[in-house]
Amino acid sequence: MIPLNWYLILAAALFSIGLFGVLSRRNAVAILMSVELMLNAVNINLLAFWRYRAPAHPVGVVFAVIVFAVAAAEVAVGLALFIAVYRRFNSVAADEINLLKW
Amino acid sequence: MTAMQIIFLLTAVVTLVSALRVVTTPNMIHAALWLVTTLVGVAVLYVLLSASFLAVAQVVIYVGAIAILMMFVIMLTRREMRDRGPQTGKQWPWAAVLAVLLFGGLVWMVQSVGLAAAPVGEVPQTAIADLGKALVSPNGFVIPFEVASVLLLAALIGAVYVAWTRRHS
Repeated sequence: MIPLNWYLILAAALFSIGLFGVLSRRNAVAILMSVELMLNAVNINLLAFWRYRAPAHPVGVVFAVIVFAVAAAEVAVGLALFIAVYRRFNSVAADEINLLKW
Repeated sequence: MTAMQIIFLLTAVVTLVSALRVVTTPNMIHAALWLVTTLVGVAVLYVLLSASFLAVAQVVIYVGAIAILMMFVIMLTRREMRDRGPQTGKQWPWAAVLAVLLFGGLVWMVQSVGLAAAPVGEVPQTAIADLGKALVSPNGFVIPFEVASVLLLAALIGAVYVAWTRRHS
């Protein structure tokens, strides 16, 4: 059997890679992709704890399903925002969208 | 080392390498394709965790819908980003340091808690039926379920409104 630690360490690595992407990428779509990596890492953690600690109750799976729904909503709104921004600035580079910066 | 562990390690290597490519490759289309690989790797992990419904949902929702939506938006917005300067900001060394620190801290925490390695029991045969009942039962998760559906509806309307082309402007 696979130890629970392996799943947690893999999820931590995936989350850290996603964090690096969010903080370092310039393209806003790439930032959104990195957020997806982080959400996937969270889901791995939720399902690993569900499988190893409470497999009889579906509570962990329900939590992961809600995370799926929120991720889908986030991507839809985020990408629509980027298309609107692109129409206005002709760019999706995160450091060039500075209308709200003071 | 059992067969399950070998499958897990192979999947982990594929997932992490493709995740690294997602955040480092300069070509956005390639990044989206590496994201698909990562998401499929995570689906394999769900199968290893015997969460079969979530594995199918991962392939259908993430690989089938979200990654394709990303691809569309990259194609609609790539004209400017393709050959203009670096793909990472000036702050990337700090981001790398922070990510490595976070990873080290999380690994240290996981190792020091001392979790039991073996699961407490088996997943029941009726796991998917239980999930369906829990999502609509008043004693279960019907309120989060309904809130999620309202959220999806609001996101749908909001996305259409935000991305709408206004003819007069």
